[in-house]
Amino acid sequence: MILRTSLQLAIFLLLPPLLLGVINRVKAIFAGRRGLPLLQLYFDLWKLLRKGTVISRTTSWVFRAGPVVGLAAVLCAGLLLSTAGQPAVVAFQGDFVLFAGLLALGRFFTALAALDTGSAFEGMGAAREVTFASLAEPALFVCLVVIARAGGGGGLDPFSLSSMLGPALPGAWDQAGSAIVLVVIALFGVALAENARIPVDDPNTHLELTMIHEVMVLDHSGPDLAFIEYGAALKLFLFGALLSRLAFAFAVPSFLAQETIFLGGVLLFAVLVGLVESLMARLRMHRVPQLLVGASVLSLFALVLELR
Amino acid sequence: MHLTPTTASRWADLAFILVVVIDFYCLGSARLNAAIRAVAAQGVLLSGLAILFAEPDQPIGHVIALPLIALLVKGVAIPRLLFRAMREAGPRQEDRPVVGFVPSLLLGAIGVALAFAFARSLPLPSPERHGSLVPTALATAWTGLLLVISRTKASTQVLGFLVFENGVFLIGLLLSGVMPLMVEAGLLLDLVAAVFVMGIVMFHINREFSSIDTEKLTALKD
Amino acid sequence: MTIQLLLVAVAAIAASGLAALAFTQRPRLGQRLATTLFCAGAVAGLAAAVLALAAPEPPALALPWQVPGGAFTLRLDPLSAFFLLPVFLVPALGSIYGLGYYPQDALGARSVRLQLFYGLVTGAMALVVTAANAVLFLVAWEVMALAGFFLIQTDHEKREVRAAAFVYLAATHLGTLALIALFSILGSAAGSLEFARMQGLPATAPWAGWAFALLLLGFGLKAGIMPLHFWLPGAHASGPSHVSALMSGVLIKMGVYGILRASSFFDAPPASWGFVVLALGAVSGALGVAFALAQHDLKRLLAYCSVENVGIITMGVGLALLGRARGEPVLAALGLAGALLHVLNHAVFKSLLFFGAGSIQHATGTRALDQLGGLGKAMRATSLLFLVGAVAISGLPPLNGFASEWMISLASLQVLRMPAGDPMILAVLTAPALGLLGGLAAACFVKVHGIAFLGSPRSERVSHAHESPRTMLVPMAALAAICGAVGLGSPLLLPTLARAAQSWTHLPVDALAAPDGMAAHSTLRISLVAAGLLVLVALLVLWRRWAGKPARRSETWSCGYSAPTARMQYTGSSLSTSLVELFSFAVFSRLERLRPRGPFPRRAVLRTTVPETVLDLIILPAVNRCTGVAARLRALYRGYVRVQVLLVLATLVVLLALRFLIG
Repeated sequence: MILRTSLQLAIFLLLPPLLLGVINRVKAIFAGRRGLPLLQLYFDLWKLLRKGTVISRTTSWVFRAGPVVGLAAVLCAGLLLSTAGQPAVVAFQGDFVLFAGLLALGRFFTALAALDTGSAFEGMGAAREVTFASLAEPALFVCLVVIARAGGGGGLDPFSLSSMLGPALPGAWDQAGSAIVLVVIALFGVALAENARIPVDDPNTHLELTMIHEVMVLDHSGPDLAFIEYGAALKLFLFGALLSRLAFAFAVPSFLAQETIFLGGVLLFAVLVGLVESLMARLRMHRVPQLLVGASVLSLFALVLELR
Repeated sequence: MHLTPTTASRWADLAFILVVVIDFYCLGSARLNAAIRAVAAQGVLLSGLAILFAEPDQPIGHVIALPLIALLVKGVAIPRLLFRAMREAGPRQEDRPVVGFVPSLLLGAIGVALAFAFARSLPLPSPERHGSLVPTALATAWTGLLLVISRTKASTQVLGFLVFENGVFLIGLLLSGVMPLMVEAGLLLDLVAAVFVMGIVMFHINREFSSIDTEKLTALKD
Repeated sequence: MTIQLLLVAVAAIAASGLAALAFTQRPRLGQRLATTLFCAGAVAGLAAAVLALAAPEPPALALPWQVPGGAFTLRLDPLSAFFLLPVFLVPALGSIYGLGYYPQDALGARSVRLQLFYGLVTGAMALVVTAANAVLFLVAWEVMALAGFFLIQTDHEKREVRAAAFVYLAATHLGTLALIALFSILGSAAGSLEFARMQGLPATAPWAGWAFALLLLGFGLKAGIMPLHFWLPGAHASGPSHVSALMSGVLIKMGVYGILRASSFFDAPPASWGFVVLALGAVSGALGVAFALAQHDLKRLLAYCSVENVGIITMGVGLALLGRARGEPVLAALGLAGALLHVLNHAVFKSLLFFGAGSIQHATGTRALDQLGGLGKAMRATSLLFLVGAVAISGLPPLNGFASEWMISLASLQVLRMPAGDPMILAVLTAPALGLLGGLAAACFVKVHGIAFLGSPRSERVSHAHESPRTMLVPMAALAAICGAVGLGSPLLLPTLARAAQSWTHLPVDALAAPDGMAAHSTLRISLVAAGLLVLVALLVLWRRWAGKPARRSETWSCGYSAPTARMQYTGSSLSTSLVELFSFAVFSRLERLRPRGPFPRRAVLRTTVPETVLDLIILPAVNRCTGVAARLRALYRGYVRVQVLLVLATLVVLLALRFLIG
């Protein structure tokens, strides 16, 4: 039990930078390049941690607090997520509200740190980020409510992430499979929005006017930037873990097999994100709310299907 | 048919969900070519459903023929006509709803929710084939009407009419045990006539105004 | 003993203003004496509330009164006692704040008047919450409303202050009329005007629907539930900041108390009541924060946020009503507990935010958000405390706003246990609605804190800001500490909430109150994660300081833009424009624009104003049209005394005829 939890925690802390490497490798393959090494982000983080920091004179302590609170919030959110069907480190009724709240806290401080620099570009990024985040929240909640209704009402902590993603999920697939498929699609859209991937934001653009997430962190350097990049990778892993467990919920007896299926699912999620990034262009800014409302509408339809 | 009841029911379930997802896609899409392809796909799905829901005591010719004709008309002929009209109309067209995409999507969602909530309380003549058939039909009809009302370009209005017809076709599947040939042939004829008329209208609008924006028709009033 | 303590507290607070009046020659002594008396009364009142919460039987008092139908009956059941907590806490801190913000030695008679009415309104609120007789309730309600009116128009030379105060007066009297009608109906159904005799009224009676509508109208006007919120933004923006804190933090909660008390008289409220209240709460919440996002005036923005938070409280009350309709104890208990906790939390963090706004106004002389900026460097303590309030109101962990919003979300999840086809399951959409509200509120307060305190100053007067005096910082620090304490210590509040919930729902509350129950288990884990978050933040900061290199200072890089000015920064309206556009069906933004011309443009102006939709676009035009019609009618007979007497006679004859025909 302790061993399993430590394994999950170790995977949560060590695997996420590899996901970004996978995404970049998929994009490189599609572009006909060789691309960066898979472990590039690890090297980048190590380099950044040893570098010095340059801080703008316009900023105050909020600017330095932003990356720290963002990383701490994502780490705490990871304690709540149940991976590979195992119960999470902390589980209680309604814990997915705390999960969403912690991610929102990280976003709040990142946006404040961006406004602290007194730059128009960073303010622009903050404005777009808070707009799209407010629309992604209800979509995320409706998806989780659908899963809670499908299978989460029993177990030790009903209506918690651990019971929703736990052993009850394979049974829920038999009963409400179509609803769960719609939820997976909607959650994939929400994951793309929350993690600033195409079609919502382009992580590779060099034009400040088209950035959302990248432009908020322009002025961070050194360990602060390392915290931000690592936090972003962790957040991507959290969504990948959620989607992997939802999509590949098989009732396998062996823990090792379950873990392998789970990790395979997370890597598949990274590959899919890379595919979407290679094959699609970024949406125009005013279409992003429509995408998010579309995801909410899909998940509402899934709820209707479940309740009929 | 040789499919077991539960497998057939599962496939039908999947088809109904795809029909509603296509409805949402049409409501949220601005690109006309993509919307035409989506409605064509919806027509193909419905033809498949017609085959799936055929009564086992009907001659095989009727079971295959009408859905095949429906597939050809809705999946091939009408989209071809519409694509040609789009080419005549000029460079790639986009269409915005009068109320905006987000309210449009939300109205569609409300319609679907209400359809699923109240379908059971409607008095229907024949026993239900599938629990989701009536709600999907109502939702599709609602979406079609919404498209006709809220869009300005003539081709989207035609698409809206097509979607509405798909909804009515679904309801017709309920009656296909009672009056198979008449209902389905009548529907198809209705559809062809309407699209034909609308095609002529679009051609004339385009010739007069070099655009298929129906708002420009108001210039005709004195 | 408890009741006597409460009466002493009310007397001390209500009379505290007289101390300021007595010492007009020595203003500093007078104000300090008044504040000390106020705080002593508040401490006594809080002690009475705590004792009442722990008492096995609600303390009560009954004294005769000459007023027909009235009696001086007080009853401190756990629900009333819970509401007494914000009633005594926030105004006491407000009067301390007033020492620095509205000093008597600088402002003289105006400050004396304010202190008089401040004490009066608090005493009246305490009586409203504990009254157990309809006449006493209405008298205290009216005193509270009038004292509020005088507080709002403290700066009565300004035209907009007078207008806002008048709208407030009209609205509150409309509400009082509805309440008089309500209590007449309830009194005649129960046969007495005592609350104790009004228990167990049937909700299926034909007049029950009317009573419910009157209840919503009267108390909704006071609470500020949409669309009855139209008086709120003007009124809360017009008074001095500690008056706005009292009004937003405590006065509007009297409306919530009224809804709870009046609905407790009914035996089994139908589910439709719960759904109506839930829907009204959701609409209030969403549109309230949408309007807040569109505001440029800091205090108007905070006022609209109060509308949003009242919406959240109302959603909790709606869930509690649904729970009572179905006899679901967990749903009712959690819904009500969440609503009550949010009443307390909102009182705390909204007052904190208003005190911060007052500090900003004190330091810079302006409330316009788009002229502020960079205040965090000169006003470090205010910036930090305001940030605590901003995080709390956005419902983010680890502070108290999250705890109450989580509890309401948890309540809504309980309906998922019901079988398919049950319309009650729709109530689960409360959780996504709260998610949307939380996201929008976070956007709003990123805007407020970011524009006001961060970045560079956007105008000249702001560059010379100074930190507030200690008398203004201490109440803010106390409130911020309470935000953190409630956020981290929510398991400790559960027994209190359970007692208050039980006195309203009359259903078992084991899930809430039991030490090993579901609520205790969950809130403990929330506190653990919150504490873990704080520990992680501290560890990361320490590690960065120890292992990292010292930081160099330079200009803002922002991708190599070499000459940034303060005016290039994002403004408040830029931050919120995309969100406000999403709500353009209700928020009608007006744009005045002077475009830049020519190759070297000199002057360009862009100004957005957002009228209050219900007031400026519906009520005022309707009222103007009615007065226009009335003026034209009056012109017909003005000057003709015979015609006026004829009109009076005709009205008398019609009334008599009606009386005899209907009889």
